[in-house]
Amino acid sequence: MNTGPALVSVLRQGPYLIASIHTALDDSEMIRFQEDLIEQIGRRRSRGVIIDVAALDVLDSFGSRTLRNIAEMARLRGALTVIVGIQPDVAFAMVRLGMGTGSVHTALDLEEGLTYLDRVVPSGPRTRA
Amino acid sequence: MDEDHSLVAEVSADFPAIDRQDEDQLLPQLVAHLREHRTKLRQEWASRIHDANLLHAMTPQEMGAETTSVYDNYVEVLETGSVEALQHYARDLSERIIPRGVETHEVVGIVLLLRDVLARSLFEKYQRDFGLLNRVLDAYEPAANRIANTVAVSFVDERERVIRQQQDAIRELSTPVLPVRERLLILPIIGVLDRERARQLTEQLLTGIRTHRAKVVVIDITGAPDVDESVANHLVQTVDASRLMGASVIITGLSPEIAQTLVTIGVDLSKMNTIGDLQGGLEEAERLLGYTVIRQNGSAGQ
Repeated sequence: MNTGPALVSVLRQGPYLIASIHTALDDSEMIRFQEDLIEQIGRRRSRGVIIDVAALDVLDSFGSRTLRNIAEMARLRGALTVIVGIQPDVAFAMVRLGMGTGSVHTALDLEEGLTYLDRVVPSGPRTRA
Repeated sequence: MDEDHSLVAEVSADFPAIDRQDEDQLLPQLVAHLREHRTKLRQEWASRIHDANLLHAMTPQEMGAETTSVYDNYVEVLETGSVEALQHYARDLSERIIPRGVETHEVVGIVLLLRDVLARSLFEKYQRDFGLLNRVLDAYEPAANRIANTVAVSFVDERERVIRQQQDAIRELSTPVLPVRERLLILPIIGVLDRERARQLTEQLLTGIRTHRAKVVVIDITGAPDVDESVANHLVQTVDASRLMGASVIITGLSPEIAQTLVTIGVDLSKMNTIGDLQGGLEEAERLLGYTVIRQNGSAGQ
């Protein structure tokens, strides 16, 4: 099950986690990604999460709902989520089908996402630790 | 009437002298007749056009010239049976008169009038001999119908060509996406927004956001008169999609009509950032991007 090229990579960058989705995930892979990411947020004491979907040329309703759920769970575990790299076609298709990202912040690309997190994530004693 | 008709049929059957060869002579005879009375018939036609209130857009001189050439073309088609020259002429004529607002019904109307004028003159000439008149009409009607058909089709073809050309032109200058500052795009929309243009606008805007790495987009719709419900929805979706790509959209110059449409269709407008005019929109965009524009002392306008 876990053989073959990685479908998702999760990297740590300072207080943030950067999760890149490399290819379209099916529902069970999406769930595994969610569990894995939420677990890592706690383990690595992250304050922000960037989910990069630039490689996806399609995002179905389950996928976008899971992303929303991840953002909500991450918030409960103390990290702010920003979704980056939504392609133009994907963006419009998502809106058409009425499946936006809800209250989750979105940014153009990874760089923008990092800038956003730097701006909004409060730097408390926890980040300095 | 029926009795008359059968009588005519009998009479003509009783004249075996009129054989195939005479039939072939009918059309040239008819053409000769129409040539002979050209001036009179043409004038009659012109006065009928005038009475029917057709072709307002043309001056009497133009009418004179055009009716003459239409008449000659008409007779020529009757003579040769080939509509190619007429087709060419009709297309050329259409090209000249379409920009002046001549309608399809007018063009078809004048051709049908000419058909009628000529038919009447044939009735008059052959009224003594019903059998002959019948055969003359047999020769005349199909050709005349073909002519009317050709002219109408040429006119409509030409009209469609003009429309297509204009659509292409509109499409080309339709939706410019203009970078005005780093990370700030302006999208002025001028003219009616239909489905096709709205679709194009979305595509241009979303790819524009990517290529210019835009953070703020100002869509100015001062020049758009009104939008229908589906286009309004599309516009709102475009704004949402831009947000998904990390750009905020400011809409400026919403007319009262469009504002009403947007409210009536009940879309969620809470996330729509709108500002009265383009100037205000640019100022807001600069604020969002952290620009401050300061006028130097002593410059003009103080």
